[in-house]
Amino acid sequence: MARLARLADSRLLIPVRLLGLTALAFVAVGIFLLLFGKNPLAAYRAIFAGAFGSTYGLSEVVVRAIPLMLCAAATAIPARIGLLNVGGEGQLHAGAMAATWGALTLGFLPRAALLPGLVALGLLGGAAAALVPAVLRWAAGVNETISTLLLNYVIVLLVEYVVRGPWKDPLSYNWPFTPEFSDSARLGLYWGTRIHAGLWFALVAIALFYFVLRRTRWGYEVRVIGDNPEAAVRAGIPLGRYILLTMCAGGALAGLAGMAEVCAIQSRLRPGISTGFGYTGFLVSWLALHHPLGIVAMAVLLGVLSVGGDQVQISLGLPYATVNIIMALIFFVVLGSRFRAARTA
Amino acid sequence: MLASVLEGGIRAGTPILYATLGEVIAERAGIVNLGVEGAILVGACAGFITTAQTQSPLLGIAAAALAGGAASLVHAFMVVTVRANQIASGLALMFLCLGVTSFVGRPYVAVKINAVAPLAVPGLSDLPVVGRLLFSHDVLVYGAYLLAPLIWLILFYTKWGLALRAVGERQAVAFASGLPTAVVQYAAVVCGGVLAGVAGAHLSLAYARSWVEGMSNGRGFIAVALVIFATWHPLRAVLGAVIFGAVFALQLQIQARGVALSPYFLDMTPYLLTLVGLLLLARAQRHTMPEGLKEVFEGLK
Repeated sequence: MARLARLADSRLLIPVRLLGLTALAFVAVGIFLLLFGKNPLAAYRAIFAGAFGSTYGLSEVVVRAIPLMLCAAATAIPARIGLLNVGGEGQLHAGAMAATWGALTLGFLPRAALLPGLVALGLLGGAAAALVPAVLRWAAGVNETISTLLLNYVIVLLVEYVVRGPWKDPLSYNWPFTPEFSDSARLGLYWGTRIHAGLWFALVAIALFYFVLRRTRWGYEVRVIGDNPEAAVRAGIPLGRYILLTMCAGGALAGLAGMAEVCAIQSRLRPGISTGFGYTGFLVSWLALHHPLGIVAMAVLLGVLSVGGDQVQISLGLPYATVNIIMALIFFVVLGSRFRAARTA
Repeated sequence: MLASVLEGGIRAGTPILYATLGEVIAERAGIVNLGVEGAILVGACAGFITTAQTQSPLLGIAAAALAGGAASLVHAFMVVTVRANQIASGLALMFLCLGVTSFVGRPYVAVKINAVAPLAVPGLSDLPVVGRLLFSHDVLVYGAYLLAPLIWLILFYTKWGLALRAVGERQAVAFASGLPTAVVQYAAVVCGGVLAGVAGAHLSLAYARSWVEGMSNGRGFIAVALVIFATWHPLRAVLGAVIFGAVFALQLQIQARGVALSPYFLDMTPYLLTLVGLLLLARAQRHTMPEGLKEVFEGLK
């Protein structure tokens, strides 16, 4: 019996439990749809048909999973020392803005010189956006959740400003976007789909996150802080340095997601380059218990929902918000269930 | 100009004040609720739909209060009963409310309603300057500024208030001395949600007089920050709310005067001001923070 209990708590069963919890969220949203006189079965069918019904749908799941993985890492890395970074959305936009600046001013450079520079700019832009809340936290003890949330609004407004002001395309007939990037600033697309080189960025970033966390001194110290910050400080681990480091590393990855969105998907900067990837990435990280491998799986799951959300709109005329409700419910169910796991352990 | 900015500040500060007062109550009981952002949205949406259906703004306000309370009940359940992470649960509630209101509210975008009408206080509204400034608003505005001293009295001069603060300071001690701590925390969070719902009602029924998806635009988060500026004190919350309201009002004034400053920069000011305020007051407020919140706000775990 005890062995059975241990098996139920084992990490191997986490995916099974998550699937069960996801099913629960689907049932809950089904009841909600019934209350509003909509057919939940048709909605479920549309979600799965949208994501799995065609190779296009499947490829779009990957396209969505790319920024979700990077933004989830932006939450997961600081979460490992107990910080809650909800600023993925702003950091993504900051990275996109930095990369756009590079693409617009250095667009004449050959591809081999320009693209690495744009990657660096994306990373830097995101890191800079995360540095502000990190410094506020480190120097003045300002809660990072509130500051990152507030900065999201500021940075998105800044994007609105630049695409209507200094960086506006003069030929755009007042549409709010920048000129199109030159070819040398574009990330390659693969296999006739919208899947782009950002996929490798995301997978490498996740692998690095896993490796650093498990195999290096930095990762060890991060895990010590995460387990017991007071013991870590007494053992001489520089807490302040890790606040700055983990926040900026996370922000840099969200910024990279923004760079990939403008350089591969949009080929220009415009408002709405992100359909809430920063916030959905935050959910991904929590569903994955901030674990690098879990992030890949959960990014795909929420990628499926996101593509399904488009299909629900197209074929049923239901709002995209339907899948946002499912995502939020999954989050609630997981938040609730983690406690029970901790208590029985 | 100063008078109209102040008058606008009092009006625009009203939803922020309701939300802040609600959050003061919840946090004094030791619960941080970032879901106020969501509760405001739910209130704005439910209030708007009810008013559109019944033509009665009063019923709309009641529905908003109920909806805000119900939304916050979810948070209370998650953090008091299930003991989930307070910050994460608040954000989950915000996501849920954003999704539900944009789903439910969609048919009501661009619908016209019978808005909450201004109600001049007889006699007083004829006074020079002060009359227009203070006594020519709608009922919800008067309500907010009367509620602040009432909550102050309840929190600091009644048995209930003492119990609530005891739970927020030292939950274990309060429990040991026989207080039903869970009931107190549930009540505090739900009261906070009711006030956030009313905040939403003022936003959609009196201030904007329309429903737009995500119309709270971070006011809930600003309210959570304002609670910190106000050092968890309802009367100081009034000052903060009027200042923030004035910032919102000043935006409109500056735009109306055609000053060559991008509206996007003006839109940033409330968020930036909040950040600066948090920075300046971070050290000063630390000793007044209810003990029960220290783990939520500062614990690196």
